[in-house]
Amino acid sequence: MRLSADAQHLIRFTLNGSPVNARVEPRLLATDALRHSIGATGTHVGCEHGVCGACTIQIDGAPARACLTLAVQLDGRDVRTVEGLAPAPDRLGVLQEAFRRHHALHCGFCTAGILMSVDAFLKATPDPHEQEVREVVGGHLCRCTGYTSIVAAVIEAAALLRGDGPHV
Amino acid sequence: MKPAAFDYIRAESLEEALAALAQHGAEARVIAGGQSLLPMLNMRLARPQVIVDIMRLDALRPLRREGNTIVVPAGVRQAELLAWPELAARLPLVAAALPHLGHTQTRSRGTVCGSAAHADPSAEIPLCLVALGGEIHLRSRRKARRVAAADFFTGMMATDKADDEMIEAVTFPMAQPGSGFAFTEFSRRHGDFAIVGCAARVTADRIELTVCGVADRPERRAWPALSGSALDDALNAFAWELDAREDLHASARLRRDLVRSLGRAVIKEAASCV
Amino acid sequence: MRAERMTWTGQSLPRVEDASLLTGRGRFIDDLGVRPGTLEAAILRAPHAHADILAIDIAAASRMPGVVAVITGRDVAALTTPMVAGLKVKVQNWPIAVDRVRYVGEPVAIVVAADRYRAEDALDAIAVDYRPLPASMDPIASLAAEAPTLHPTAGSNLVSDRHFSYGDPEGAFAAADRVFEIAIRYPRNTGAPMETFGIVAEYDPHEGVYDILANFQGPFSIHTVLARALKVPGNKLRMRMPPDSGGSFGVKQGVAPYALLIAVASRIAGRPVKWIEDRLEHLVGAVAATNRVTTLKAAVTSDGRITALDYDQVEDCGAYPRAPEPATLYRMHGNMSGAYAIDNIAIRNRVVLTNKAPTGLVRGFGGPQVYFALERLIHRIAVGLGLDPLDVIRRNLITAGAFPYRTATGALYDSGDYGAAVALAIGDGRLADLRERQAAARRAGRSYGIGFTAVVEPSVSNMGYITTVLSAEERAKAGPKNGAQASATVAIDPTGSVSVTASSTPQGQGHRTVLAQVVADVFGLQPQEIRVVCELDTGKDAWSIASGNYSSRFAAAVAGAAHIAAGRLKDRLAEVAASQFQARAADIVFAGGKIAVKGESGASAPFGRIAGLTHWSPGLLPDGIEQTIRETAFWTPPELTAPDGADHVNSSLCHGFIFDMCGVEVDRVSGRVRIDRYVTAHDCGRVLHPGMVDGQIRGGFAQALGATFLEELAYAEDGAFLTGTFADYLLPTATEVPDIEVLHMESPSPFTPLGAKGVGEGNCMSTPVCIANAVADALGVADITLPLTPARVAALAADPEPAPPAGAARPQARAGDRTLRGEGSAFVAAPRAEVWATLLDADALASLIPGCHGVRKLSPTHFTAEVTLGIGPVKGRYTAEVKLSDLDAPSAATLSGSVTGALGSGGGSGRITLDDAEGGTRITYVYEAAVGGKVASIGGRLLDGAARAIIGQFFAALARHASPKRPGLLARVRALLKGGRS
Repeated sequence: MRLSADAQHLIRFTLNGSPVNARVEPRLLATDALRHSIGATGTHVGCEHGVCGACTIQIDGAPARACLTLAVQLDGRDVRTVEGLAPAPDRLGVLQEAFRRHHALHCGFCTAGILMSVDAFLKATPDPHEQEVREVVGGHLCRCTGYTSIVAAVIEAAALLRGDGPHV
Repeated sequence: MKPAAFDYIRAESLEEALAALAQHGAEARVIAGGQSLLPMLNMRLARPQVIVDIMRLDALRPLRREGNTIVVPAGVRQAELLAWPELAARLPLVAAALPHLGHTQTRSRGTVCGSAAHADPSAEIPLCLVALGGEIHLRSRRKARRVAAADFFTGMMATDKADDEMIEAVTFPMAQPGSGFAFTEFSRRHGDFAIVGCAARVTADRIELTVCGVADRPERRAWPALSGSALDDALNAFAWELDAREDLHASARLRRDLVRSLGRAVIKEAASCV
Repeated sequence: MRAERMTWTGQSLPRVEDASLLTGRGRFIDDLGVRPGTLEAAILRAPHAHADILAIDIAAASRMPGVVAVITGRDVAALTTPMVAGLKVKVQNWPIAVDRVRYVGEPVAIVVAADRYRAEDALDAIAVDYRPLPASMDPIASLAAEAPTLHPTAGSNLVSDRHFSYGDPEGAFAAADRVFEIAIRYPRNTGAPMETFGIVAEYDPHEGVYDILANFQGPFSIHTVLARALKVPGNKLRMRMPPDSGGSFGVKQGVAPYALLIAVASRIAGRPVKWIEDRLEHLVGAVAATNRVTTLKAAVTSDGRITALDYDQVEDCGAYPRAPEPATLYRMHGNMSGAYAIDNIAIRNRVVLTNKAPTGLVRGFGGPQVYFALERLIHRIAVGLGLDPLDVIRRNLITAGAFPYRTATGALYDSGDYGAAVALAIGDGRLADLRERQAAARRAGRSYGIGFTAVVEPSVSNMGYITTVLSAEERAKAGPKNGAQASATVAIDPTGSVSVTASSTPQGQGHRTVLAQVVADVFGLQPQEIRVVCELDTGKDAWSIASGNYSSRFAAAVAGAAHIAAGRLKDRLAEVAASQFQARAADIVFAGGKIAVKGESGASAPFGRIAGLTHWSPGLLPDGIEQTIRETAFWTPPELTAPDGADHVNSSLCHGFIFDMCGVEVDRVSGRVRIDRYVTAHDCGRVLHPGMVDGQIRGGFAQALGATFLEELAYAEDGAFLTGTFADYLLPTATEVPDIEVLHMESPSPFTPLGAKGVGEGNCMSTPVCIANAVADALGVADITLPLTPARVAALAADPEPAPPAGAARPQARAGDRTLRGEGSAFVAAPRAEVWATLLDADALASLIPGCHGVRKLSPTHFTAEVTLGIGPVKGRYTAEVKLSDLDAPSAATLSGSVTGALGSGGGSGRITLDDAEGGTRITYVYEAAVGGKVASIGGRLLDGAARAIIGQFFAALARHASPKRPGLLARVRALLKGGRS
């Protein structure tokens, strides 16, 4: 199937559990499609060369740099972004609450990507060592926090999600 | 920082992908995981007219065992290889090296063959392929052929692959009894390209050391079982032969020092696993 | 300080900012919608460090789909005036190159198009004809008379040279037992916020108003600069900030020149224009901290008491002295003696221009540069005198009884007990244990060092400090500048609920939370009942020239202003309540959401009922009591006076204290430095929110760690910029940043409403030099240069290298020299004359270059052509010029060439020698080449190998061409070429 460069093409995928569609040129980056075509602006753009991790989303459950993904590659996929993390519009999820308790965000620009990475990570690794957490968070750049609070929040969230953490 | 325009072909069959490569040659680029290609597209360092997406081809997955080798087809992501339960037993070198390849967020998308195709001189997968004597399976409409990894990587991001060919799979020979393997690398931060990466394979009568990050492709040397100052001399000669690069991240001197010190360390570690 | 109970202030409450940021509901500038019809801009940037612009051809770009306008420097100059600078010097500060480019990355043209993709397409179609000029990159070399001059109108690259003398430094040096000296070069780095710059601008041609939405951190003095440059009065430049901003660390001051460009672009395009800077643009051209060359001397008694300092500072501000520079050099002027009581100080401050990006605000702002020299010197003094560095520090600290303490250069240190803070750090930080760890490591043959640093962290800048760069006479002529106006507004609506705005532009610090805490305490309310909005709008909010977010002024100044405003409202509400309750105002209390008469049986009413009264029934206000609807407080500290006639300046209002201590272990082979323990003890006055203070310290530490080990905005000697991506400009990640131990004591500032001082920048000042001192201690070396890359550290520790085996060549490379050198040879089965003829035939020569077409022959040995060059997937189109010279027929010739294109430029030359060989000719070549522009900035790691491969390809093709009839020869030639060292 060939999509020509100068035309717009319909893509359909699942975003946070709901079907969405957009008309995109082949070169449109997934970041721009999510943010500007669909309006899911929670995913941020920090470098557009795959290093900073701010744009990390989940595609079919696995973390992915949205800036290194073409919008057309999302077609038919199951995509999750930060907008889908909370259990209800006026509530926060366990991981989000832990971030708030630990002051694990300042400006919050990089936060969405970190949350999406860690969310996928904790599903695969419910009881991580601190070094594993550091390596996952190490796939992101945060310029505000110095990371200590992020690592602490992740470890606490993991414990809570396992059901053996401190009750807060 | 947005890509220049290109046509996008989502290949429904291997034939469709190969036809596109045959038609467009150097103006076409295969996209698999996209972790090396997309940065270059975004920076407009690469401006292909056509992008050929091969990730919906079932024929290019999953990894399989073939004789004494593990075949990793082009659709297999690095994370999938890393998660393969038999990896540590069958390919201990790859199991040791893969966690150093980028980050979990890029391994989840990047493919094993894509890393080979990119041929970065510091990358771990080309290093492992050369160290283990792996092969690259190339296919075009004209023919299919297999190239030894040592011949495939010809220089800085340069390979023996013709413009109309794509990597269909790479194969890694499985570990055999009597061989010990070890990997280590030095990078400025965890997950960065290696300043020096070293892979060793040691048997009772033979030492092999492969080094990435120093020359413009992974380089392998083999010696009979050496030790002591004879090994030091061999490593020193190897370090100088590699004509180490001087760049922003490390001096040539540091690279040579690391070849000598890390080389010795991985050889020792590999010997202990024999 | 007011007497209300501080229930909330001082607590680590959850931040009100967090929930929206955690759920993707943040409103950063690129998250906001724009007006329909808004266009997007992309900026063409200079590939050369220094070049005259001979011509810009925009015709092809203008015709491209979706393109609305293509704007050059001359178009911008026609509608604006140059930006004013803090220096009186004849330099035109344009935000875009006009006729000459002076740094790699300087804007050259702007494309305005339907979207960013199409705008970037058109950038590629703009043809700029440059005449490259020699670049001046090194600040010291740039001072020389023969250095290439950036701005001929200025006459020299030295744009400011001031001498200062306080006390009697000459006498102190003459009387000194010992004199110690240190020379350092502090590198360029930057704050690199995760969100880049963003602007949406619109021009109303009828009212003549520019409306600029930007993630700016001002407006402060820069609003004035922009209004002047746009040739409008201040009220016709409306600047607005989005609700959220993704970090700044000073850097977003640098939005200013781009605000001008996008404003002008919107005026020319006749539509709103949006520009979101990308990361490559940010690294190459946003804002750098100054690199500085410092020579510092100390006069010292034999027991380690410092009696005088003599600074010689050469500040590199890059290509333009852009406002507020040279503020980096003067921000610390009152603090040049750091935490020490030193009465005699001499300073020479020079500002020099070089072909690098202009500098500006970066967290730490002048502090890292000063303290790296001062605290390294303290360490050197200790080593030189055989003393413990800790003893030298303690011997010179300002004593607790001396506050408020006036420094020799004029700062008034507000409060502190430095000795107690040091004692806290070495006690709770367990120095004795650290020393045991060091001894154990050394016994085991490992290199372990301990470093100390004492730092005074200034905050709340005096708007007048920058005028210290002018002479007293010049200052008198210009009129005094001083103070630091902060403002906040507290408002009560008809339902009696409280809203707060402030002239702050937070970029993640949590100011809304703290303002809610402070105001809730005043009114006896819950913080969540206070609604705080921090989206500054210069068109309608209360602000002044000091407003904005810089010099760590929020806690000390802005939160204080909010406290004052709320307090005034509270006083009036007390009068209203007293009148309602028929009680005395002095007996009215605000607590628990109620306003009540003191005492158990006192009357009371819900806060909102009294608070809203002035809306519903202003007639019930007691006589002489004004409305309780809205109160704006402006606050400026009287201590911030203008510099005096002898150049004394109280450059900042508040002075926190930091004492850092660390233990590091150095791997002598790899140069890796492991931080074993890092202890940082802070006294930042009263702490308003411990969680945020902790976050500022840890975040500052991580940035400082980057400056110490990883980060440098690096340039080659030829001016090429080398760190244009996050793969080359390395920020620390979670795997590099260790947990640190943070200790606190509180010496409230007597000069600020809440007793708070700034805390955001201190570790950027203290940490790099603390670690450097530890590394110096570990290795026993004197000279430490940042960043401490593995190669640098390994070189400090290195033993002589094992020699190459006999017969192997030792490569000759000079540090900092990026010239590619290579040589090789090839055998061609053709007679020498035939090969020579190929070289002399321009068409034949052109055919050797891969993808070469459109040859224009200028002479038989000189041609231009279009070429496509690349390696792997990296390909670019270039215009090439190739020339053959120094002909020595038929034996040798020099082949020189240059290429320019969208990806950058390159040039080189090689000497080709032909020799008869059996059955043909041997071609031997030696070349030198260099590559610059975009590809050097972003592909540096791969570039050298790529250029070598391309040169190799050329000679392979030459060999192939010269013997076209022999089948199978190609493979042979390739094999031969592989053998050559190329």
